[in-house]
Amino acid sequence: MSTLMSKLQIDKTIDARGMACPGPLMNLIGAIRQGQVGQVFEVLSSDEGSKTDIPAWLTKARHDLVEVVQDNGYTHFIVRKAR
Amino acid sequence: MVDEKDKPLSLVMFSGTDDKLTAAAVLAVGAAVMGRPVNLFLQYYALDAFRVGKVKADHAISPEATESQAPIIRGHKGQHWSELLKQAKDVGEVNIQACALSMDMFGIGREDLDPMVDGIEGVAAFMASVSDGQVVFI
Repeated sequence: MSTLMSKLQIDKTIDARGMACPGPLMNLIGAIRQGQVGQVFEVLSSDEGSKTDIPAWLTKARHDLVEVVQDNGYTHFIVRKAR
Repeated sequence: MVDEKDKPLSLVMFSGTDDKLTAAAVLAVGAAVMGRPVNLFLQYYALDAFRVGKVKADHAISPEATESQAPIIRGHKGQHWSELLKQAKDVGEVNIQACALSMDMFGIGREDLDPMVDGIEGVAAFMASVSDGQVVFI
């Protein structure tokens, strides 16, 4: 497993590996809606669409994309609920 | 001036096969999560797929799928189109309307439609909801 650069404590990990587009994004949206401002979420996704969809949605919804790390066959997205 | 990205997306859903219903549902959920109002206008075979008790039935796939593609589409692990539409309604502003003409043609009443359908309207009302956004026909 690759090393994540951010030292943020992760409040919730969403393991969406194996889910088809747009499943991982929808799971992230659900978690952020239920979460508290400032909480940090990690999404694990093997869906190629997530690489574009998660950043696009975060920009639109004005939450922070802290870090994206490519792992073996999947991607980690570290996200902070900003508002 | 309305931001281009905030304009409604309006889909005329005509085809009633599971592949096209899924493709339409994916567009709807994508637009909904990006904050665009979504209007779905159900006509012909798509309307028939929204009948109570028929939503989860096998609606086959469109004829353009080849013999080798058909089993791939049928076996895909993605979510059912009705679940995608429910998610779209949950996160965004999604209005699903049945075409009055198609209702009449197939002899379908309001009580025959799945509750995710918000109402019945004519084409002029649909065009009013389209406003300055795009129309996609599938």
